[in-house]
Amino acid sequence: MMNQKEAAHAGGQAPALDVKDLVVEYRTHHATVQAVNHVDLEIPSGKALGLVGETGAGKTTIGLAIMRLLQEPPAAVREGSIVFRGEELRSLSEKEMQQVRGSQISMIFQDPMTSLNPVMTVEKQIAESIRHHEDVTQEEALQKAREMLSMVGIPVERGSEYQHQFSGGMKQRVMIAIALACRPELLIADEPTTALDVTIQAQVLEKIKELRNRYGTSMLMITHDLGVIAEVCDEVSVIYAGHIVEHGTLEDIFENCLHPYTQGLFDSLPNLEDRKAKLKPISGLMPDPTCLPEGCAFWDRCPYARGICKMKKPARAYCDDGHHYVECHLYEDGKITKSEVKDVG
Amino acid sequence: MWKYVLKRLVAMIPVLICVTFLVFMIFQYAEGDPARMILGFDATEEAVAELREEMGLNDPKIVQYGRYMWNLLHGDFGTSYSTRMPVVTELASRFPNTLKLAAVSIVVAMAVSISLGVLAAIKQNSIFDMFSMVLALLGISLPTFWIGLICIIIFSVHLDWLPSGGSEGLRSMVLPVITLSMNSVAAITRTTRSSMLDVIHSDYNRTAKSKGLSKSEVIWRHTLPNALIPTLTVAGIQTCFMVSGTIMVENVFAWPGIGRLLVSATQNRDVPLALGCIILFSVSFSLINLVVDLLYAAVDPRIRASYKNK
Repeated sequence: MMNQKEAAHAGGQAPALDVKDLVVEYRTHHATVQAVNHVDLEIPSGKALGLVGETGAGKTTIGLAIMRLLQEPPAAVREGSIVFRGEELRSLSEKEMQQVRGSQISMIFQDPMTSLNPVMTVEKQIAESIRHHEDVTQEEALQKAREMLSMVGIPVERGSEYQHQFSGGMKQRVMIAIALACRPELLIADEPTTALDVTIQAQVLEKIKELRNRYGTSMLMITHDLGVIAEVCDEVSVIYAGHIVEHGTLEDIFENCLHPYTQGLFDSLPNLEDRKAKLKPISGLMPDPTCLPEGCAFWDRCPYARGICKMKKPARAYCDDGHHYVECHLYEDGKITKSEVKDVG
Repeated sequence: MWKYVLKRLVAMIPVLICVTFLVFMIFQYAEGDPARMILGFDATEEAVAELREEMGLNDPKIVQYGRYMWNLLHGDFGTSYSTRMPVVTELASRFPNTLKLAAVSIVVAMAVSISLGVLAAIKQNSIFDMFSMVLALLGISLPTFWIGLICIIIFSVHLDWLPSGGSEGLRSMVLPVITLSMNSVAAITRTTRSSMLDVIHSDYNRTAKSKGLSKSEVIWRHTLPNALIPTLTVAGIQTCFMVSGTIMVENVFAWPGIGRLLVSATQNRDVPLALGCIILFSVSFSLINLVVDLLYAAVDPRIRASYKNK
């Protein structure tokens, strides 16, 4: 199976980011929370990968682990590799990592209300990043910061104001300006629209899309919103209880999803054609991350669960294209001819 | 902004009227006859009665108060009963000493406590953190006069390192400053530590790190400016406590300042002198509060904006 996968990439470009077998735990006095369990992520250069899953699935932890911004302790990256442009980020020194942060990899956070420094003008907060990574004077950095502001659609003269004078959507656009100020190769957007109301969400997504296209930035879009994924992503990884259960292109996932959990996510979306139709939420809750089940983490919520699901972790099964994969006992022979979930669902 | 300052200064007037009225009346009902106090116990009843008439002590109390305030308005604080000197002269000769003691103590307290609090927060749960928290707990629990007395016993009586009183040279300032600043060091250290921790775990601190700034850059540019806002509140309150704390400390260490003057004036029923001291304290409190509020505006743009609208 690995051969299939490698073959698929043989002719292609090296990925912008390649995360392999990442394991992150939070250790407290009482218990160890297994937040991220053997996660593989691959972001093709210039593409956008959506990481979708429900709250508590470990999405933000992955983002912070890539940035090496986890609070350690309690967090601990136990295993795995994070290779960015052929370089292992985990083996960089803190000083070298500081060179990467903000200039090559940037992150936009979930809550714009609390993500900006309340006592520093917004243009200074943008300029700070430029000043830090580029050989410019403070005046030049401020000039560039103002350019970034107008690029995200904020009047330049408002740059000398403070965050409390901005609306939520504007704050998030300032965050985008900070993140993209040094033209990073990779942008990690951690639920950038979750804290905003729907009309502003569209506006912010549009900005991210536009600037990403302009600079050719690769992106990891962390979200629980399939609508956001459909809007901006090229590929999708579905995460459940800290593990990727299905990965494929946007079409693979939206047209031909394989995992019962992925199908459950789609079923719980409102149906626009039939507004009276009841939502079909996935019953139950995610397993307690301090004691994950031995077998498939989804088994007790899964409508297709069998005896083996409880006992044994499913192996990865690839589609014929060698790209779209799923980890579910429904496909345990490793040969996927058709989706097992759609018809029955 | 200047309009705001002016407003605040005008608002001090009613405060001063209330303070003087209250203190004046309390002294009126206190035991002891000022005329008898001035003339001594050997004086005849006639002489005392004559002096009472001359000083206007037989007038209704409200008239006496009115007369005092009228004189005060003309810059006349009256004459001390005990020393026969103008109160202004007495205050002017003592105030610099109190100011020196309070100012040095505030500067020392702020420098020590902010450094302790910041370091304790950065090295959270370390030995240093625990040490400074124990120190803070002691500083807040022990009463000022007790600290002063213990300091005298240890450093003056047993070790003979420092003088136990007086105001000659820097050496004599060491113990009063330690005593006076102890409580404030404790309070400000604790506030600084907890507000630093709040900011260290804040989202915008993480944003600063995500820009690639080094740890010290993040602390200096982002954590500290935000963490100092709550610290400033407590430092302002502590400065006021410190000014009133001088009363205690000056008496323990025989420091010739306003605090000591106030205590002896009260003991002697020297009403004009005591009133003068209290007015000086009230004005100091009000001015300190004003300065703290203005400093707020300097560090916090949100407050600056709210002043502009006033």
